Amino acid sequence: MRTFPIGGIHPSDNKEWSKDKAIETLELPSEVYIPMIQHIGAPSTPIVKKGDKVLTGQLIGQSVGFVSANIHASVSGTVTSVDAYPNGQGQRRIMVVIKREGDEWVESIDRSTELKRECTLTSEQIIAKVKDAGIVGLGGAQFPTHVKLSVPNDQKAEVLIINGVECEPYLTSDYRNMIERAELILTGVEILMRAINVNRAVIGVENNKPDAIAHLRDIIAKNNYRGIEVMPLKVRYPQGGEKQLIAAVTGRQVPPPPALPISVGAVVCNISTAIAVYEAVQKNKPLIERVVTITGKELKSTHNYLARFGTPVHELFELAGIPEGDVKLLNGGPMMGRAIVDVSAPLIKGCSGLTVLSGKEAARGKELQCIKCAKCVEACPMGLEPYLLSKLAKLQKWDMAEAHNTADCIECGCCSYTCPSYLPLLDYIRIGKQTVMTNIRARAAAANKK
Amino acid sequence: MQTRLFASPSPHIHGGEKTQHIMGDVVLALVPALAVSTYVLGWRVLMITAISIASCVLFEYLIQRFLLKGRTTIGDLSAVVTGLLLAFNLPAGIPWWIVVIGALVAIGIGKMTFGGLGCNPFNPALTGRIFLLVAYPVQMTDWTTGVPDALSGSTFLANVKAGALSLGEVDYVALLSGHMNGSMGEIGALALLLGGVYLLWRRVISWHIPVAVLGTMMVFSLCVAIPDGGAMLWQMPLFHVLAGGAMLGAIFMATDYATSPMTHKGMIIYGVGIGLLTMIIRLWGAYPEGMSFAIFIMNAVTPLINKYCRPKRFGTKK
Amino acid sequence: MNELLLTVLTLSVLGALLAVILYFVAQKFRVDEDPRIDDVEKMLPGANCGGCGFAGCRAMSEALVKRDNISALFCPVAGGDTMKSIANFLGKTAAEKSPMVATMRCGGSCQKRPKVNHYDGALSCAVVNTFYVGESACAFGCIGYGDCVQACKFGALSLNPETGLVEVDPDKCTACGACVKACPKGLFELRKKWPKNRAIYVACRSKNRGAVVMKACKAGCIGCGKCEKVCQFGAITIDNFLAYIDPEKCKLCRKCVNECPTGAIHIVNMEPLAKEPKESASKGAANQKSAETAKNE
Repeated sequence: MRTFPIGGIHPSDNKEWSKDKAIETLELPSEVYIPMIQHIGAPSTPIVKKGDKVLTGQLIGQSVGFVSANIHASVSGTVTSVDAYPNGQGQRRIMVVIKREGDEWVESIDRSTELKRECTLTSEQIIAKVKDAGIVGLGGAQFPTHVKLSVPNDQKAEVLIINGVECEPYLTSDYRNMIERAELILTGVEILMRAINVNRAVIGVENNKPDAIAHLRDIIAKNNYRGIEVMPLKVRYPQGGEKQLIAAVTGRQVPPPPALPISVGAVVCNISTAIAVYEAVQKNKPLIERVVTITGKELKSTHNYLARFGTPVHELFELAGIPEGDVKLLNGGPMMGRAIVDVSAPLIKGCSGLTVLSGKEAARGKELQCIKCAKCVEACPMGLEPYLLSKLAKLQKWDMAEAHNTADCIECGCCSYTCPSYLPLLDYIRIGKQTVMTNIRARAAAANKK
Repeated sequence: MQTRLFASPSPHIHGGEKTQHIMGDVVLALVPALAVSTYVLGWRVLMITAISIASCVLFEYLIQRFLLKGRTTIGDLSAVVTGLLLAFNLPAGIPWWIVVIGALVAIGIGKMTFGGLGCNPFNPALTGRIFLLVAYPVQMTDWTTGVPDALSGSTFLANVKAGALSLGEVDYVALLSGHMNGSMGEIGALALLLGGVYLLWRRVISWHIPVAVLGTMMVFSLCVAIPDGGAMLWQMPLFHVLAGGAMLGAIFMATDYATSPMTHKGMIIYGVGIGLLTMIIRLWGAYPEGMSFAIFIMNAVTPLINKYCRPKRFGTKK
Repeated sequence: MNELLLTVLTLSVLGALLAVILYFVAQKFRVDEDPRIDDVEKMLPGANCGGCGFAGCRAMSEALVKRDNISALFCPVAGGDTMKSIANFLGKTAAEKSPMVATMRCGGSCQKRPKVNHYDGALSCAVVNTFYVGESACAFGCIGYGDCVQACKFGALSLNPETGLVEVDPDKCTACGACVKACPKGLFELRKKWPKNRAIYVACRSKNRGAVVMKACKAGCIGCGKCEKVCQFGAITIDNFLAYIDPEKCKLCRKCVNECPTGAIHIVNMEPLAKEPKESASKGAANQKSAETAKNE
């Protein structure tokens, strides 16, 4: 069975807590906070003001520039404020607050549930629709999808890879989508194949989800989805990393940055993104909701919710019942998720799950001395030396960190996970990476000026 | 109960492996060899081992507590491992006070001078052994406490080197089972191998260093044996891999984390270096056994190996 | 005897030969350097702190010697007098700069700015700053893991465990600016150093609206503008709900201190003005405040 070539770890997947919970539609919140930045790139400009009436699906944030994404109202009602509110990390971001009144949708959106498979649009038309709908990578990276689909003229896409790996422990939203919304995924994949002009698509799914693999294959055979293949992959974190997935599926390694996946002919999209693309192209529905897992070992109940963006996360936490004592609330899974410190923060596009770690699991272990065991080197999927990069960042030796390819780091966290001395390796590497990237960009800008 | 909201950068979970567990596994892996040694050489083995471990832990505690005035980390069991390995490198008949001196050198000079666990350039137990070998050569090569009927209280390696014993006369069963003279931990190749398999299974060590060391020694001795031909072709490699500190060194001493390279490629270069140096010292050097010197020398080369043997960067061909 | 002679002879010849080789090599690779660079370097403090913008004192000396106009160069550690003597030595004119001192502009102590979460990652402000605002609800305040303390080469900074804030020792501070670079929240400013280490500054960097500030911290600047109105010298400006006292215009009259409703304006080595009678109700608070500032000194 295939997998990526180097490094990786095997965390226990903890998916049993929520994997059998069918997708429920979350009750609409009375108020939503919709951030104007839910993507990588420039923040969108709010085009509504206080007192405006908006409909569900109405454009409220206009994208700025190519790498940016539109933002839509996720409920109908009155705009009560356009101001800075804290996100999950306490940082204040411009958000549009809408007080909900009913749930009236924009008319052009087709809300019927029947599958609409026929698509005759051209590549440009599809990409334009994806851009209008404000679709970003729903796996967590939040990279605008239309940018990914716009293959540069001098390069050619050969294969579309759909990420159904969900290698993060705990999370099950992609899994539930594969089980319950397979037709939507596959139709979305067909559309994406049309958009980038390829006739082969591979859905990578880790082998710990055999029923999802069987179900997808079943639907493909039954409904005759041509050119789509489901590839079971060996369970190994971080298989869902873009570069790792491409290597696992095609055997080709994306060269070091600044090279992009397209340089090996691959375009990668998430399972949930495929659904969003289907809805945007066939039903004119912008990205206003997604499936979110709320899970944790000590929660009173776990769920997979279909929830609207902007819903304050405390509403979800209350429904799940947070245990007392030490807790850590995560936006995302435990390997790459971000800790939430302000529960008034809204649900955003990239949030595939809310994980609650409690008790001993919430706290990190006591830091000891590095024993040079090289376990981090073995675990690093990018072939780096985490112990060294961490040290260099700590000592602020940015040039040396750059020479040791800190910028390659994908922040998967395998190094910290595996360190027997509980060193916060990635904490420091991340500073190093950010500084080095800033330096590289500054140099490039200076070179451009000349 | 008070609710505390935790926050930290990712990742938020840990594999659960601890330094302590790793050290505990090494101790556990050394138990079979200790048992064989006690059976063959008598109860004194246990006494010397206990003294060695106790003094190593004590010295580490004293140095951290009173000289460095910092946090004591004897709980990580690394001093226990050092003590155990030091004892394994000593003959059973050694006076107890020499053991204590060895422990002081191992921990004081070999380890704490450089900043403690993980910072030492040389294997601390080896530092202790080499110091004792140079300072107390007589006591360190006194094998009289041991197998009563063995050849003149000398090791197989020494006898073969001196020409007192031909390779054809060597008792290979004894080599495997440990019924022979030698340092407390180096006899009983089977028991050491068992420990090695355990460490490999627990992923405490990877196969690269032991295989590289033993493989190089076999290939090298095979090459040397080619002119003689005949039975020497299997006797020579087998003898050198089983006799002396080869097993102990390859599996337990050379694989010490802090003093061995970080990448697999580096580990193989390091292992080959140890194998070559050991054989050169054994065949043409002044000492009958060269394992400890070979590891010591390669320890010194480790930073250089680390500098040039980087892991393969993702997305590059090399 | 013969052997001895031969040995001596061989070694002497060898030595002479090597000396000749060395001489030519030294000639070939000689670097002509202005001897004054060495002299200037000796006059500099040798802290190699980088406060001048160069990699170290050597690089600074080179620049001082080589550049015709050295008015842009200044060693904050050595100060004006040393710079003047260096300039005299080189026959150039030195930059005139009044002495400066690093000022940490956050007054959100543990008591005033409660912690709302428990940070569990690597103990470094820069690490905290990579992903969230910190343990309090204020996104602008001191994180308190002492990146600046580590950056300071003169031991002028220390973390007060009681307040959780970093304090500056003005006598040790050389205004090299290392802390300004180290603080991810930009809390440090090099401000004019008044005689007797007196100082006045707004101990807050929060650009949030008053209501938001109040929720997170009781000692923050809420941008009410009272200080701006009371200042007769136009030294105080409010930008983004944040007051700033321009040290070049301030005359240390201290009128603003009594006006500030949250005590965000800190004074050092000075008594606050006596309160006017009508405000006697809050006098106790002012006295307490002066006691606090006295303690901080």
